[in-house]
Amino acid sequence: MSFINYLSREINCKIVYYGPGLCGKTTNLQYIYNRTNPDAKGKMISLATETERTLFFDFLPLEIGEIRGFKTRFHLYTVPGQVFYDASRKLILKGVDGVVFVADSQMLRSEANTESMDNLRTNLAEQGYNLDTIPYVIQYNKRDMPNISPTEELRQLLNTGDVPDFNAVATTGEGVFETLKSVAKLVLTELKRGAAR
Amino acid sequence: MASPQMVMYEEEFAQVQAVTNRLVQDANARVVFVVDKNGQLISASGDTGDIDTTSLASLTAGTIAATGGIAQLLREQEFATQYHEGVRQNVHIQVVSGRVILVVIFDNRTSLGLVRLRVKRATENLTRIFEMVMAKAQDPFRNSPFSEITDDDIDNLFND
Repeated sequence: MSFINYLSREINCKIVYYGPGLCGKTTNLQYIYNRTNPDAKGKMISLATETERTLFFDFLPLEIGEIRGFKTRFHLYTVPGQVFYDASRKLILKGVDGVVFVADSQMLRSEANTESMDNLRTNLAEQGYNLDTIPYVIQYNKRDMPNISPTEELRQLLNTGDVPDFNAVATTGEGVFETLKSVAKLVLTELKRGAAR
Repeated sequence: MASPQMVMYEEEFAQVQAVTNRLVQDANARVVFVVDKNGQLISASGDTGDIDTTSLASLTAGTIAATGGIAQLLREQEFATQYHEGVRQNVHIQVVSGRVILVVIFDNRTSLGLVRLRVKRATENLTRIFEMVMAKAQDPFRNSPFSEITDDDIDNLFND
């Protein structure tokens, strides 16, 4: 749910990075944080375990620019990917404006990808959202790893709705900003469409 | 969309700010914040100088969301009030009309009793204001800033 403040002339939107454990959601945010001008970003918060696994969420506020005099801010969140943190994942989806599904391209993680995507669909539905209509993009991460599935195979398995999708190597930044720009654009387009209704 | 968009117009923003300014004084608090339950900061009063207000808003919303989850598991109503006691500073958190969160940060210049008393009055005032805010947000004849934005405006934002 976006928040528009007329006094400070700000538009704030919430984007959630979703996906199976260790697929690279936090790495996406860390790359964005490291490569963004200090004026355009806030502090990155990571609520993680001692072994650096996400416990509750990562949070990164980002300013993208101005539209018609309104500062446009995106609040990026990740969810904890591990299966048993489902209660936390549901909470983080509250008020979401757009979703990035980060898939792990490694063949061995194929089942984890589909399980996480089914979980995303169920948890969104519980909050009153539909994965087929919410602004949503898919990223096939870890393209630099050995034993990965071909993109076309991942696409057939995961991208049944034909949403924008991107190959990525989040550790080097390949595909990271392309993914973010794509979902941010879909969110703003959806807000514009909502205003026209 | 699952929940209506929140739009703050200048008039309501000024009213919220007046309530939080007064609460800082009446409760002798250091800082008072109003945060949307989704983690967006709405207003801040008092000595906010060295506080990362954006992070604080997101983490407060996370706390409320987490305890809300606990409440659900216990088949309890939402825990509307929380208190965190520190060595030098304390945080009082109050959910207002199920929609926004009122956060008071205070030190030993005041007492929890006074903060609670003043928060109660501020909560009543904020409830009235946010009912108005939500009623306006649902008014289909009110213009959203997005109604004037073109596809080109959006494209231009993402041109390198």
